[in-house]
Amino acid sequence: MAVSTTGATPNAAPPPRVPLVELRHMRVSFGGVHAVDDVSVDLYPGEVVGLVGGNGAGKSTLIRTLSGAHPANEGEIYIDGQKASISNPRDAKNYAIETIYQTLALADNVDAAANLFLGREITTRVGSLDDAAMESATRKVMGRLNPKFRNFKVPVSSLSGGQRQSVAIARAVHFNARILIMDEPTAALGPAETAQVRELVAQLKAEGIGIFLISHDIHDVFDLADRISVMLQGKLVGTVDKTKVTKDEVLAMIIIGKLPEEVSAKEMAELIS
Amino acid sequence: MTEAKPIEGTAASGGPTKRSARSVFAGLEIDGRLIGMIAALIILWVLFNVLSNGLFLSPRNLWNLSVQSAAIAIMTCGMVLIIVSRNIDLSIGSILVFVALVMGLLQTEWLPNVVGLGLNHPATWVIVVIIGIALGALIGGVHGVLIAYIGIPSFIVTLGGLLIWRGAAFVLARGRTISPLDTTFQLLGGGPRGSLGDVLSWLVAGLGIMAIAYGIVASRRRRQRYGFPLRAVWADVTLGAIGTLVVAGAVWVANSYPWPPALAAAYAAEHGIPVPSGGLLIPTGIAIPVLLAIAIAVFMTFLAGRRRFGRYVYSIGGNPEAAELAGINTRLTIMKTFVAMGILAAIAAAVTSARLNAATNGLGSGVELQVIAAAVIGGTSFAGGIGTIAGGVLGAVIMQSLQSGMVLIGVDTALQDIVVGVVLVSAVGIDTILRRRATRG
Repeated sequence: MAVSTTGATPNAAPPPRVPLVELRHMRVSFGGVHAVDDVSVDLYPGEVVGLVGGNGAGKSTLIRTLSGAHPANEGEIYIDGQKASISNPRDAKNYAIETIYQTLALADNVDAAANLFLGREITTRVGSLDDAAMESATRKVMGRLNPKFRNFKVPVSSLSGGQRQSVAIARAVHFNARILIMDEPTAALGPAETAQVRELVAQLKAEGIGIFLISHDIHDVFDLADRISVMLQGKLVGTVDKTKVTKDEVLAMIIIGKLPEEVSAKEMAELIS
Repeated sequence: MTEAKPIEGTAASGGPTKRSARSVFAGLEIDGRLIGMIAALIILWVLFNVLSNGLFLSPRNLWNLSVQSAAIAIMTCGMVLIIVSRNIDLSIGSILVFVALVMGLLQTEWLPNVVGLGLNHPATWVIVVIIGIALGALIGGVHGVLIAYIGIPSFIVTLGGLLIWRGAAFVLARGRTISPLDTTFQLLGGGPRGSLGDVLSWLVAGLGIMAIAYGIVASRRRRQRYGFPLRAVWADVTLGAIGTLVVAGAVWVANSYPWPPALAAAYAAEHGIPVPSGGLLIPTGIAIPVLLAIAIAVFMTFLAGRRRFGRYVYSIGGNPEAAELAGINTRLTIMKTFVAMGILAAIAAAVTSARLNAATNGLGSGVELQVIAAAVIGGTSFAGGIGTIAGGVLGAVIMQSLQSGMVLIGVDTALQDIVVGVVLVSAVGIDTILRRRATRG
C-alpha cells in the first residue's frame, strides 16, 4: 500500500515514516460468520482515513477491535511500530486512542461533566470526586466546541442530539487523544452542527492527531479524508488516495467490490445510471 | 425542562417578594420528588394522628417508629444502589437470619466454649459484630461474583440465596431460638437502655447542625472558587434553617419520651437513686439503631454522590454499555454493591436480633420485599440509573409509618397488606406518569 502524500501534510517527514496505527490481518468472527476477514489498514499522524462500506460491511466491527470494545480473534495491532495489546477500552485509552461511538455511549442519567470524565474522574486529595473542578474543565472544553452550550447541571438525556454529540466529542478530545476514531460522527446532526464537526476534524488533523472516520456518507468522507479504505462483506476491497480517485470509483468499490482499475466501462455505466 | 431555566427570569417576572412555589423549590435546588415524598409523609402522619386521636404523633409512638424503621432503612441504603445498577437482591432477609443466628451462637456457645469468653464479656459484642459483618460481606461477595463475573442474573442468584441461607440458618441452629444475648450486644437493638439519653442526644444534634452548616458553606466556597453561579443566599439560609429545625425537632421529640415507669424504677433501684413521687423521668433520647441508621445513610449518600464507586453505579444503571466503553470496571463495581448489601444486611441482623434479645429462625422473613418496596416508594427506578439514598430512607419511614399507623388505629392484618400494596403500586404509578410528562414536556 502506497504511503499517501496529500496536501494536508505539507511538511511530509522523510520516508520511511512509521504509521501511528497499523491493523494487520484482523479477523473477527461471530459464530461461524466472519464479520471482519483478514483486513489490514493503517493511519499516519495528522491523517484522516475514511472507512466506508455498506451496512454490515464490518467497518464498525473492525474499529471496535482498536477501541477495545470487541477484541479481535486474530490479527495484530501496531502503534508507533510497536506491537500493542488491546483487550478492553481501558487498554485503548492507555494508548491515547479515543472513540466517538455512533451511539455516543453516554450515561443518560448523569450530567455533561460526569460523562466527560466517566472513568477518569478528577478527585480531591482524599479521593472524593471534585465535581467543581470537573464542571470547570467541562465548561472550558465545551466553550471551545459548542459555545452555546449552557446545560451543565442536567442529565444528558434532556439534551438535544447535537448537544449530546458535542459532549461525546468533548470527551474524546479532552484527554489528548493521539488516535481518534469517529463512528458516523455527523449522522445525528443538522447542517450547522455538521459544519462544526468538519471544522473540528480539520483542526485536530492540524494538531497531528490521526483520525479514523467511519461513514456511509461518501461526500463526508471525500471532504474530510486523505485516504479511503473500502470494506465489503467483511473484507477490505482496497485503500485509495482521495486525490487519485473519483467518487464514482469509490462507489464502485463499495457496491461491486472492485478497485478502479478492475472496473469495466460497462459496469461503471450501469452503476452510474 | 423548566428547572433548567435560570432562576432570575422567573423571579423577575413575579417580583422578588412574590415567588411562586416552583421557583422557590428551583432556587433551593431540592429534588421535586423528595419534596413530594416529604409532603406525602406529613399528610400520612397528620391523617393517622387524627384517626388515632393524637396517639400517632406522641413522642412515644414517634420514638417507636424510629426504632422500627431503623433496620429497614439500613438495608434500603444498599438496595437503592443495587436497583440503580439494574439488579435486585431477594436474599437479604435470609442473609439477615443466617448472620443473626451465627452471631447468636457465637456469643452464647462458640465463644464461651471455644475461646472461653463468657456471655457479657466486654469484648464479646465487638468480636460478634465484626465476624457478623465479615460474614455478610462474604455472602454478598459470593452473590456478587456469581452475578458480575459468571453472569447469572441477580434475580436468580439471590432467589437461590433466599432459599439457601434461610435453610442454612435452620440447619445451623437446628431450629432452636438462641436467647438471651449479650447485654452490651442488646444495646444495638435500641430500647430505653440502648438509647443515648438527653445530653448525648443534644450533642449529636449539635454535631449534626454543625455538619449541615459546614456542608452549605463548603459547597458555596467550592462554587465560588470556580466562579460558578451561586445558590441565592436566601436559599442557603432557608436550607440551613430547615435542617436545623428538623434535627433539633427530632431530638426534642426523642428526649420528650421518658423511660417506661417500671424500667425507670428498676434503673433507680440498681443505681440507688431515690424515686420522686411523680415517678423517675429519664429522657430516652435517640436510640442507638436509629443513630446507626442515620450514620449509615449519611455514609452511603457520600459513597453514592462523592466517590467514584457511586458515580460508576449510577453510570452503569444509566447505560451499562457506555460505562463499559468508558473503561469502567463494571463487574467489580456490581460485585461491590452486593458486598455492601451483605454488610448492611449483617448490621440489620445485629439490630434486629438485639432488639428481640433473641436470634430466631423467623427473623427477616419477608424483609426483602419491605426493603425493595421502601426503595421503590423512595423514587428508585427499576429501569436503572435513578434513585437516592435519602429517598430510600424516606421510603422506609413511609412504609413503617403506614404499618405502625394502621396497627395503632386497629386495621386488621389482611387489610394492612392490601393498603401497603395499593400504596406501593400507586406511588410508582404516579411517579411513572410524572416522569413521562417531564420528558415529553
